[in-house]
Amino acid sequence: MLGLLKAMKVTMSTMTRKPVTVQYPDEHKDLPKRSRGFPTLLWDFDIDEPFCTGCQVCARYCPTSCMSVTMQDNPKFKEGDSKRRKIVDRFYIDYARCMQCNICVEVCNFEAIVMNNTWAGREVSRFDRRDLVFDLEDLLKPSTTGRLPDPFKAPMGIAHHGWAAETHGETGEKATAEAE
Amino acid sequence: MPFETDHELETIDLNINVGPQHPATHGVFRMILQIDGEVVRDVDPVIGYMHRGDEKLSENCDYRQAIGYQDRTDYLAQFNNELVYCLAVEKLGGYQVPERAEYIRVILSEMNRIASHFMFMGAFGTDIGVFATPFMYTFRERERIQDFFEEVTGERMMYNYFRPGGIGWDVPTNFEERIRGLLVHVREGIADIDNLLTDNEVFVARTRGIGAISPQDAIDWGLSGPMLRATGVPFDLRKAEPYSIYDRFEFDVPVGENGDVYDRYTVRLEELRQSARVVEQALDQMPKDGPIIASGIPRIIRLPAGEVYQRCENPRGEYGIYLISKGSEKPYRLKIRSPCFSNLSALRAMAVGHYVADAVIILGSIDIVLCEVDR
Repeated sequence: MLGLLKAMKVTMSTMTRKPVTVQYPDEHKDLPKRSRGFPTLLWDFDIDEPFCTGCQVCARYCPTSCMSVTMQDNPKFKEGDSKRRKIVDRFYIDYARCMQCNICVEVCNFEAIVMNNTWAGREVSRFDRRDLVFDLEDLLKPSTTGRLPDPFKAPMGIAHHGWAAETHGETGEKATAEAE
Repeated sequence: MPFETDHELETIDLNINVGPQHPATHGVFRMILQIDGEVVRDVDPVIGYMHRGDEKLSENCDYRQAIGYQDRTDYLAQFNNELVYCLAVEKLGGYQVPERAEYIRVILSEMNRIASHFMFMGAFGTDIGVFATPFMYTFRERERIQDFFEEVTGERMMYNYFRPGGIGWDVPTNFEERIRGLLVHVREGIADIDNLLTDNEVFVARTRGIGAISPQDAIDWGLSGPMLRATGVPFDLRKAEPYSIYDRFEFDVPVGENGDVYDRYTVRLEELRQSARVVEQALDQMPKDGPIIASGIPRIIRLPAGEVYQRCENPRGEYGIYLISKGSEKPYRLKIRSPCFSNLSALRAMAVGHYVADAVIILGSIDIVLCEVDR
């Protein structure tokens, strides 16, 4: 009987506590900066083109092979506006296959791809599986529309030579940006 | 105990299915119970519904890509799985992990053990019949830990954070104070559960003497973890075969007496406290800065040809990875020794002779994760 009373005391004491839950679809909790939604591409506002050069390193390292990328000659390079010799032509990510492992962000040499750390990168439910294949325009939308204010970039090449601990911090600056 | 009647009745045993979709089976698991009235005469477990081929998938990935699949075997102890895998790769490759990374890995693994055991307490209460109360209380604390993991790694469940040779990226600057704040809540949560269940007469009546197994039987069946320690065998891989830096911490290995369901619960409850102790000691000893990944690890890891078996104490028992390398960037063979699979194999030995309702409790006390059993 004593044990039951003790147990009742616990339940009674929680009655007056404030609830720790939030009513999810109406209320959204703040996501931490490192939150990993689905990967999305970044837009270089200085030159008005994507950072991505279509080098396919993310597609090669992806464990689930959910990406396909093609490369083209950069028309702005000929005019001298851009330093990028090559630029992304087509980019598809199948969000249905993506397992949000962050490897594409780590291997990217150009800081071109990040995990979307907003709720828009989390809530991507669709009625049809085929709608989950996102093309270049969809992938650039979060950064071009300015809805991706401060993404967390994991330091490049998690395990490669010359990666010093002090060169990355909360902001995740990269030590070098050498190409593959 | 069979139901006794005054007059002779001709009875036959009845086969009933529990599962594959049943709330008491903790996933897609099927028990074919042969029952005589209310008493279980035989149990036939059917597994394999959750088989996704994690071992084979890992063999088709290089050593970094495979970390993501280790999260997905035991989805309640992801950091522990990653640790086993990384230790196996480090053992074969001969990598030296920096101090700071070792401490961060141990802290996160122990926090994950706490989260996993909280999950057990809640689910176990549900099996016994007190649905909402312990489930909600433990999930409140587990949720706090998961929020913290999300701040560190970015994901709530599938962290993909440890790397062979260290960790993926550094922890946030408020790491230490955040954990110390969490431990206060964790201790409160443990006290809540302790008050709620340990002495509760209804709980004790339901659990004591149920599903008992002798120490010798437990060893013969290959049980490990809290299941083995509940029988009184003080075998904990963190003590018996210290891996990583576990030899630097002081903690007790709780053991039970009777090996019944109640002892499994008390052992896990005490393990929660011991894990909190380890986390606190690790926080005190942790270097404040330093490298977090071993230097000289190439971008694509190629391990020398050879084989290695690395085992660790997961929340559910001995989780081992047997790795064969032929010198390429992918493992030739990756075999997972899953604690749940061995623990589940003793289900028949434990459940026969008990009531149907108790069979559900016994299954719950294994703390089963079907994704890990089927892999």
